[in-house]
Amino acid sequence: MANIPDDLHYSKDHEWVRADGGVATVGITDHAQNQLGDVVYVELPKVGDEFGANEPFGSVESVKAVSEVFSPVSGEIVEINGSLTDSPEKVNTDPYGDGWMIRVKMSNAGEVDSMLSAAEYEDFTKAETE
Amino acid sequence: MVDFGGWDMPVQYPAGTIEEHLRTRRHAGLFDVSHMGEIDVKGADAIAVVNYLVSNDVTKLIDGQAQYSALTTPAGTVVDDLLVYRFAEDHLLLVVNAGTTEKDWDWINANRQPGAADLKNVSSDYCQIALQGPDAIGILQKLTALPLADIKYYHFTQGGVDGVPAIVSRTGYTGEDGFEVYAAAEKAEQIWNKMLDAGNFGSDTGVLPCGLAARNTLRLEAGMALYGHEIDESTTLLEANLGWICKLNKGDFVGREALAKQKESGITRKLIGFEVTERGIARDEQEVLVDGERVGKVTSGSPAPYLKKNIGMGYVPTDSATEGREIQIDVRGRLVGAQIVKTPFYKREKN
Repeated sequence: MANIPDDLHYSKDHEWVRADGGVATVGITDHAQNQLGDVVYVELPKVGDEFGANEPFGSVESVKAVSEVFSPVSGEIVEINGSLTDSPEKVNTDPYGDGWMIRVKMSNAGEVDSMLSAAEYEDFTKAETE
Repeated sequence: MVDFGGWDMPVQYPAGTIEEHLRTRRHAGLFDVSHMGEIDVKGADAIAVVNYLVSNDVTKLIDGQAQYSALTTPAGTVVDDLLVYRFAEDHLLLVVNAGTTEKDWDWINANRQPGAADLKNVSSDYCQIALQGPDAIGILQKLTALPLADIKYYHFTQGGVDGVPAIVSRTGYTGEDGFEVYAAAEKAEQIWNKMLDAGNFGSDTGVLPCGLAARNTLRLEAGMALYGHEIDESTTLLEANLGWICKLNKGDFVGREALAKQKESGITRKLIGFEVTERGIARDEQEVLVDGERVGKVTSGSPAPYLKKNIGMGYVPTDSATEGREIQIDVRGRLVGAQIVKTPFYKREKN
């Protein structure tokens, strides 16, 4: 069973957001990394880049496949997890911790409220895999 | 699970593609390749009839030997690649790709010459289990009295595997030593499970079941063509570096004239291997650039788990197809540097 922490917000594209004082940390969920398999490459944007809600900000690649990752919130990138360049496997081993991808200074903090809760995301992934 | 030529096949097992790949290189990997098609050819003219349809020289085979070959179109392009097994002067078995079995069957029947040869599509009669890797011989030997060490590469023998009548062939699609075992379809599960047991599945150095993704990365590192990627009905054998299976002097066969003409005039494009030299992973179908010009496409591109590089194969104009040449790959709109290298990318050390 995939790990879905209660204190995060979730998107239907399988990203999670941890909102903290106007800054959102974004990564992909345990379910997503499990579906992808061994992550071998992560492509991230540059600090200062701006994205609208649900725009792709980068990509995650396993041996077999490429998946785009979307920013559930709009805003400016203030930090990226550069350690994923050399250690992309952190996305598999610690998707909600060391495997985080970007930090976004949110231009509309209300956007997180329209995201899924942990319970809603769990139902969503169940429905999707059925 | 994904649909693969009408078969439900696992892309990977729980260990994951990278571990499956590495385990096969270092110890052993087990592949259920029962989806492969088999066509049985019996009759006094079996060799002559098949020899007219394929590019390699079937007359060179001896009993108990297998040969890599191709079914060719009149243009010298590839209907399918296959293995031809010789059981006897009047008995051959053709092992073809799953997705092309029906096409091959129709092609063969439409293009064969008259002669005493009965052809039968026996694909559903057989399972095929491939055990590959340096430990394969030791594992399989636990299940059979056949002297496996005596079977030479690209040869086969028949006998019991765990008591089940089987064809045991020293062939594979991974670049490793190993065996492909053919038996009655209903025995697949028994053979599979016995091989896992004999190979200490569950231990860190034991055999691992491998999915389609590892099968693909293993064959790519070994520089082997995959039908529908490096070869298809738009590529000739010569362009695909498969001149070594074109025996133009063996007598007439479908495509001989076109291949002889192309050999004479020279090919204009050629299959090459490349290593990505910048950050990025080349993928199938992406465009290849030489001197900034879009000249061809990647036929297979992937991370190479054992080599820990990002590699691929693709077509470029012959005059650019030189080792060491810098090229670029269009990776979703970003031009990524790569370099043409010799294939196979990986070659096992022989002891």
